Amino acid sequence: MSLALPLAQTRLAVDWAWIERNAGYIQDQFREHVLLTVLPVTFGFIIAAVLGFFAVRWPGLYTPLLTLTGILFTIPSLALFVLLIAFTGLSIWTAVIPLTVYTLLILLRNVVEGFRGVPRDVRDAATAMGYSGAKRILTVDLPLALPVLFAGIRIATVTTIGLVSVSSLVGQGGLGQLFLDGFYRSFPTPLYVGLALSVVFAVTADLLLLWLQRALTPWTRR
Amino acid sequence: MITFTKVSKTFPDGTKAVTDLTFTVPAGEIVVLVGPSGCGKTTTLRLINRMEERSSGEIMLDGQDVTALAKHELRRSIGYVIQAGGLFPHRTVLQNLATVPRLLGWEKERAVARARELLAVVGLDGEVANRYPHQLSGGQQQRVGVARALAVDPPVLLMDEPFGAVDPVVRQRLQQELLRLQQDVKKTIVFVTHDIDEAITMGDRIALFSPGGVLEQYASPAELLAHPKNAFVADFLGEERGLKRLSLRQVYDVTAIDGPVVGMEASAADAAKVAAANGTDWVVVLRPDRTLYGWGNVAALGDVAHLSELDLPLPRLTVHANDSLRAALNAMVVSQVGVAVRLGATGTYEGIVTHEILSGELLR
Amino acid sequence: MELLFDVASWLSDPVQWDGSNAIYVRIGQHLWYTTTAVLVALIVALPIGLAVGHTGRGEAFAVNVANIGRAIPSFGIILLFVVLAGIGFVPVLIALTLFAIPPILTNTYTGISGVDRQLRDAAYGLGMRRLQVLTQVEIPVAMPLIMAGIRTSSVQVVATATLAAFPGLGGLGRYIINGLSVQNYPQVIAGALLVAVLALLVEGLLALLQRTVVPIGLQHTRVARR
Repeated sequence: MSLALPLAQTRLAVDWAWIERNAGYIQDQFREHVLLTVLPVTFGFIIAAVLGFFAVRWPGLYTPLLTLTGILFTIPSLALFVLLIAFTGLSIWTAVIPLTVYTLLILLRNVVEGFRGVPRDVRDAATAMGYSGAKRILTVDLPLALPVLFAGIRIATVTTIGLVSVSSLVGQGGLGQLFLDGFYRSFPTPLYVGLALSVVFAVTADLLLLWLQRALTPWTRR
Repeated sequence: MITFTKVSKTFPDGTKAVTDLTFTVPAGEIVVLVGPSGCGKTTTLRLINRMEERSSGEIMLDGQDVTALAKHELRRSIGYVIQAGGLFPHRTVLQNLATVPRLLGWEKERAVARARELLAVVGLDGEVANRYPHQLSGGQQQRVGVARALAVDPPVLLMDEPFGAVDPVVRQRLQQELLRLQQDVKKTIVFVTHDIDEAITMGDRIALFSPGGVLEQYASPAELLAHPKNAFVADFLGEERGLKRLSLRQVYDVTAIDGPVVGMEASAADAAKVAAANGTDWVVVLRPDRTLYGWGNVAALGDVAHLSELDLPLPRLTVHANDSLRAALNAMVVSQVGVAVRLGATGTYEGIVTHEILSGELLR
Repeated sequence: MELLFDVASWLSDPVQWDGSNAIYVRIGQHLWYTTTAVLVALIVALPIGLAVGHTGRGEAFAVNVANIGRAIPSFGIILLFVVLAGIGFVPVLIALTLFAIPPILTNTYTGISGVDRQLRDAAYGLGMRRLQVLTQVEIPVAMPLIMAGIRTSSVQVVATATLAAFPGLGGLGRYIINGLSVQNYPQVIAGALLVAVLALLVEGLLALLQRTVVPIGLQHTRVARR
C-alpha cells in the first residue's frame, strides 16, 4: 500500500517568494472560498428555517426528517460533489448545492431545538397579551431561539469552511485549489498558506458570529 | 465527642463562614446546627469531616485532632448524609450500601449481608435491594442515604438537611424513625437544618447561628425557648415560642386536677351541687368502672333521677399521659368547655387539665 | 431510474467481489483506517479529557484545541502530511487521528466536569480517594456523554477516510476517486452508498456497545436533581 515518494523532492520550508509572486492568485482563491461559504450557509439557513418551522408545527414530521438528514450526513462530501457533476456539470453549483445540503442538515436540528426550547409560559404570556401568530414568532420566539440557532450557524459555518476545500476535486474549492497545487507539485508552501488561511477564516468567522449573537441577545450576557 | 476550639473559616473570596467558634458536641447526643442562610451551619458541619478545611482553631474528634488522619481515612469512620441522599445512580441500592465496607476491604458477601441488614434497620423492604435510585421515591432514597452512612457503624453521624427534599408527611416519619433509631444506637449526631421546628424535635441541644458564622446560643431546646439570649434568637424562634415550648412537655409533667366528677347513677340535682362546689357549670360523668360516660351542662340536665337516663356527649378530644402539652392545649381549644380530659391507657378517667395549669407550666 | 439500476448492477457484478479491488477488501481497509485513527485518538484524548474534567483545570486549553481541530480542513491536512512524509499509511493516520480527537476530548471533559456536585460530595464524604471517585463515580456517570463523543468521532472519521483515497491510499474512497477520473458514475454512487452504509453500521454497533457499557441506572430518566 505504500509508495514512498522520493523525499528529496519535498522542500519543507515555507517559500515566501512563491507567496509574494502568487498573492493575486491566493486572494482570488480566498474570495472564492468566502463565496462558497456564505452562499451555502445562507441558503441552508433559509431552507432549515422553513423546514424547521413545519417540523415544530407538526412534530410527526420531525423524526423522519431527522432520520433522513442523519443518513444524508453520512454520505461523504466527496461523493456528493462528484454526483452533482451529472446534474450541474462543473460549475459553482456543483459545490454550492451539496454544501447547502450539509449546512441544512446541521441547522435543521438547531432550528427545531431552538424554537422548541422557548419556554412555554413565555409563549403563552405573549399570546395572552395579544401577540398574534406571525408577530409573536418574530418578536418573541425568534429572539429567544437565537442562541441555539447561532450555535448551529457557527458550527455550520466552520464545518462548511472545511468542506469547501474538498470541492477542489470538482473544479471549485477556493483554498482547496492551493492544497491540490501543493500536492501535485510535492510543494508544501501552498498547503501551509491554504491551511493557515482556512483556520484564520474559520476562527474569524466564528468570533464574528459570536459577536453578532451577543449583540442580538443582550440578555444572555453575564 | 467533638470539640471546636476557636475555629474560624474564611473562604478565598473573603467571606467569613465561621467566626471564632468554640463548643462541644457531647458523645451520644444529637446536636442540631440551625440558623438562616449564610450562617455557616453547613460549613461548620463540613469542617468536622474535612470536606472544608478550617482557617484557624482546633477541631478534636474523641481527643484526636481531625487533621491527624488522612482525609479519606477520617471520613470512612464518619457517616455523612446529605440532602437528596447523593446516591450513586449507576449502582443498585445494595451496591450503594456496600460502598464503604468495600472501601474498607470487606469481602463481597460480608458487605452484601451487611447491606441487607441496613435495609431492615431503616425500615425498607428487602425487595428494593436490586433497584436503582431513580426507581425509588424521595423518602426511600433518603432512607438509603442514611443506611449507607450507617454501614460500618461509625460513632459519629453528620447530617446536612437530610430530610429537606421530602414532603412534610414523610419528613415527620423520617424524623421519628431517626429518633427511635438513636435510642438504640446512641450515636453522636450533628444535624444541620434551617427549620427551627425540626431542630426542636430532633435536638438534645441546639446551636443557633447568625449570618457570618457567629454562635448566638447553645442550649437545650427547652432552655432556648424559655430563655432566648438576645433579640436575634427570639426572632428566629418565632412568635409562637410559647406553643413550641408546650410541645416539649408531656401531660404527665403536670398534675391534673380532679374536677367536677359525678357517677352516672347520680341525679341531676347532685350534679348541680358538684358543679357549684367546683365553680363550673358542667360536670364529668363517669361509669362505675371510672371510664367516661360523657359530660353534661348542668342547665341541660333537667331534673332526672339518674344521669344514665340521658344521652350525654363525649369530649371531642382527650389526651393521655404521654401526649404533649401542645396536644392538650389543642384538646382544650376544641372542647365544649375549655378543658382537656386526661384518660389512662384503659380509658379510665385521670383528671382534667386546665389552661391555668398550662400557663403555670410556662412560667417556670 | 436508470442510474439506480446501473448502481445496482455494478454492486452485483462479481468483479466487484473478487481480487484486490474487491468491495470487502476496500471495506476492510476503510475500517482499518477508521479504527486505528479512533483508537489512537482515544489513547490521546481520553486521559486529557479525564484530567481536565476531573481537576477543572486546563479547560480553556481543551476548548481551544477542540475549536481549532474543527476549523482545520481535513482534506488539507491529509495532503500536507503526505507531501511532507510521502504517501503512506502513517501520515494519513495522523491526519485522521487529529480529526478524531476533538469530539472525544470535548465530550469527555464536559461529561466528567458535568457530574452532579452532590454526587461528588457524597463520594468524597464516604471516604473515597480522588482516583476512586474518578473511576467509581465520575466515569460511570459521564459514560453516556463519553460514548456519544466516541460515536460522533467514529462516524466523522468514516466519512473523512474516503479522502484518504485521493493521495493514493485504499478504502472505499478508491471507488469514488477512480470513478471520478473515468466518469463512471454508477461506481461513484456505489462507493458513496457503501460509505454511508458503513457509517450507519458503525453508528449502530457503537450504539449497541453503549447499551452494554453505560450502567443501566443511567439509561433511563435522569436522577432527580434537587
